[in-house]
Amino acid sequence: MRDAHSEHFPGPIHQPPLASNVDAIQPHDHEELPHHPKLQHHFDDMAQQVEASTLGMWVFLVTEIMFFGGLFTAYLVYRYINPEGFAEASHHLNVTWGAVNTIVLIVSSLTMALAVRSAQISAPPKTQVAWIGATMLLGATFLGVKAIEYYDKFTHHLVPGPNFHWEGKHPAPAEMFYSLYFCMTGLHAIHMVIGLGIMTVIGFMAWRRTFDADYYTPVEVAGLYWHFVDIVWIFLFPLLYLIGGHFTE
Amino acid sequence: METLNYLNNGHGLKSWLLTKDHKRIALLYLVSITVFFVIGGFFAMLVRLELLTPAGDLLTSETYNKMFTMHGVVMVFFFLIPSIPAVLGNFLIPIMVGAKDLAFPRINLLSWYIYVLGGVFTLVAALGGGVDTGWTFYTPYSTAAANGHVITAALGVFITGFSSILTGLNFIVTIHRMRAPGLTWFRLPLFVWSHYATSLIMILGTPVIAITVLLVAAERGLHLGIFDPALGGDPILFQHLFWFYSHPAVYIMILPAMGVVSEIVQAFTRKNIFGYSFVAFSSLAIAIIGFLVWGHHLFVSGQSVYSGMIFSFLSFCVAIPSAIKVFNWTATIFKGSVCLDSPMLYAFGFIGLFTIGGLTGLFLAAMGLDIHVHDTYFVVAHFHYIMVGGAIMGYLGGLHYWWPKISGRRYSEPWAKFSALLVFTGFNLTFFPQFIAGYLGMPRRYHAYPPEFQVLNVASTLGASILTVGYVIPLIYFAYSLFAGEKSVNDPWGARGLEWEIPSPPPTENFTVSPVVTEGTHQYVHPNQEVGLA
Amino acid sequence: MSDGQGHGAHAHIAPPSMYYKVFAALIVGTVLTVAAAKVDMGPLNNVVMLLIACTKATLVILFFMHVRWGSRLTWIVAMSGFFWLALLFSVLGDYVSRGWVPETMR
Repeated sequence: MRDAHSEHFPGPIHQPPLASNVDAIQPHDHEELPHHPKLQHHFDDMAQQVEASTLGMWVFLVTEIMFFGGLFTAYLVYRYINPEGFAEASHHLNVTWGAVNTIVLIVSSLTMALAVRSAQISAPPKTQVAWIGATMLLGATFLGVKAIEYYDKFTHHLVPGPNFHWEGKHPAPAEMFYSLYFCMTGLHAIHMVIGLGIMTVIGFMAWRRTFDADYYTPVEVAGLYWHFVDIVWIFLFPLLYLIGGHFTE
Repeated sequence: METLNYLNNGHGLKSWLLTKDHKRIALLYLVSITVFFVIGGFFAMLVRLELLTPAGDLLTSETYNKMFTMHGVVMVFFFLIPSIPAVLGNFLIPIMVGAKDLAFPRINLLSWYIYVLGGVFTLVAALGGGVDTGWTFYTPYSTAAANGHVITAALGVFITGFSSILTGLNFIVTIHRMRAPGLTWFRLPLFVWSHYATSLIMILGTPVIAITVLLVAAERGLHLGIFDPALGGDPILFQHLFWFYSHPAVYIMILPAMGVVSEIVQAFTRKNIFGYSFVAFSSLAIAIIGFLVWGHHLFVSGQSVYSGMIFSFLSFCVAIPSAIKVFNWTATIFKGSVCLDSPMLYAFGFIGLFTIGGLTGLFLAAMGLDIHVHDTYFVVAHFHYIMVGGAIMGYLGGLHYWWPKISGRRYSEPWAKFSALLVFTGFNLTFFPQFIAGYLGMPRRYHAYPPEFQVLNVASTLGASILTVGYVIPLIYFAYSLFAGEKSVNDPWGARGLEWEIPSPPPTENFTVSPVVTEGTHQYVHPNQEVGLA
Repeated sequence: MSDGQGHGAHAHIAPPSMYYKVFAALIVGTVLTVAAAKVDMGPLNNVVMLLIACTKATLVILFFMHVRWGSRLTWIVAMSGFFWLALLFSVLGDYVSRGWVPETMR
């Protein structure tokens, strides 16, 4: 085994690049080839970088689907076991606030999509920042409404733990429902906060004239994340707020 | 004047701790997982020392429970799951696809820091007094009793999970989008295929255990009682969610080792793998079917009988792609020019021991038999055959095979052969008696046992001592080789593959000119094999 | 060569009107969901709610997230996420089938 090349090996398995194949290969010691300033040097070209970045975000979103999925599974199982208990517990949730928040997030997805579009068409930075800012304002509104709702739960002794108190017929399922409520909406809210953080960075970059038709990957990828967070809420709203068909004012 | 390579390109702590080079990150992982391997081994040693005598006289039962818990947590989450992907995968995958680095080098570095942070949390839990729930954290014990370190340990596992997720994400994007021109999927090395399948599991499975351990921490810390029986919480739901990841996790541990074995077997028989596409697809099949069998851990838990039946059937199915690999390796070796250098010794060890471990898995997959051996040493022996006899042997084999490439040095082959034999002997002496003890009824996770099991336990502890020596010796000769080992040529084994075309150790950018691949990366030409099957 | 990302297959830029139409559909879906919740349709309530939610999610994925014009790989990745979610939901099967073999019920 010590000799490196025995008679079994017919030759090297790859060839030096063919002269006609220049487009496929970027010789790495040639720095004079013009390339976009945002091209990271382990990529061959911007197209590869864009494809890798969007694929990377999509793969990450799949992990997020499975992450929330565990909570949705617990919800499914416990609602299956306690249908009346869950319906009774859900009655206390304020459907109006929930619906308002749903609409707020849908509008924010619209503004986010238009923010991406504004970068795609090389709109002036202040236009891009305006759309991003609108998205952030709506996200903050969502969190504000959630804060109001959480405070309401606190004052009505609906926070699970030693202070939980339920007057209805199914106290144990109610506390389970509210445990799930806080876990699911809490995890979602944490994702919103992270989203606001991401959007702050993106907004700052847009203000600094970073994005135009030739380079807008960060906005697009941030948009994917934002839309995902919206989709989670699209499912949370009916599952948590609209069980049993009744609701309080 | 030494040529510039990734090891001497930049000196000082900062150049290592802030590196974006996948090869340096692989070495960062190598050091840290070795540290955790030693820690996990230390806990194992205490377990085996206690079990020398039937009486529970060395440790209290609670301390003993903490020992096997920490052994499991450290070995599973901080050694086995990262090992081959984070060290060998990180080092080799960009080279094997003809790229300069992974798709996201900074995220690669981040994944190492996340791994270390999770490890710190777990060590804090251990040093603060330890967790005694078993590495499986079953509720309601973990949520309603045990001790507060459960939160720290659970958070440690949660954090480290993200390291796994980011590594898998990086591999998937790299393999899809950064292959060199001409490198089609079916020209990829089988090492890459197995890591691709592993990455699928990391992406799809890890988030589920992440949310599950987070819920355990939330229940203890925030009274959000998702598993609280008083609220109607179901302990079996925890088991479902836990094993939905943790079963596929064992395929995260074994698939990369299978990829290593495929590479070694070809190099050390000078033959192309028999049935390349079968082996490639079997990796995907193991990953996918592996997600369908988790309920075989719940046979006696109280899950429905129909669920049990379905999971039992599917568990038999998952053995098929693994068997395909074993048949194909065997067919490759048949009439090959076998060279028994140390990497090949580990590969042989893997094939034999994995087969035994896998077959005993079928015993456990049969529901009726499982009722008899569940929670006995039979199970312990089964999974150690796979994880130690399989995965760790694959890891050691891979380390030996690629050590000249990684370090630019040759290690001492006589010492390597000797320690491979020690590992094989010590391993079998440790774990084969456990099959017998388990079948005869010795339960797992007990610090005391009936006296009739003592002989088997003494043999097992003796084997563990031999195994320990077998693991320590490589540490010594690998370290020694860095200073005094013979320098390696590009291709010390006479093997085929893109990684053997570049210098040992490689330059930072891997390739000075991006390769254009014109044929399958394994083109061994052996007189006993028809050409053109790749 | 100037190789900005605008030059390539993913250069599709939808007109604003498309986004507004999808937005309108999403709002309509929300209103419908709330309205349907007030009408007692028995088990059908759940089905209607989930159908509307899935439709809304699909619209966001296809149009806001540009999957409609993306690569096949993107589509496969997105679909596999939801497929695996469904697999996770099969845990419910255990609970549904628990009573089916009477001798095993204590």
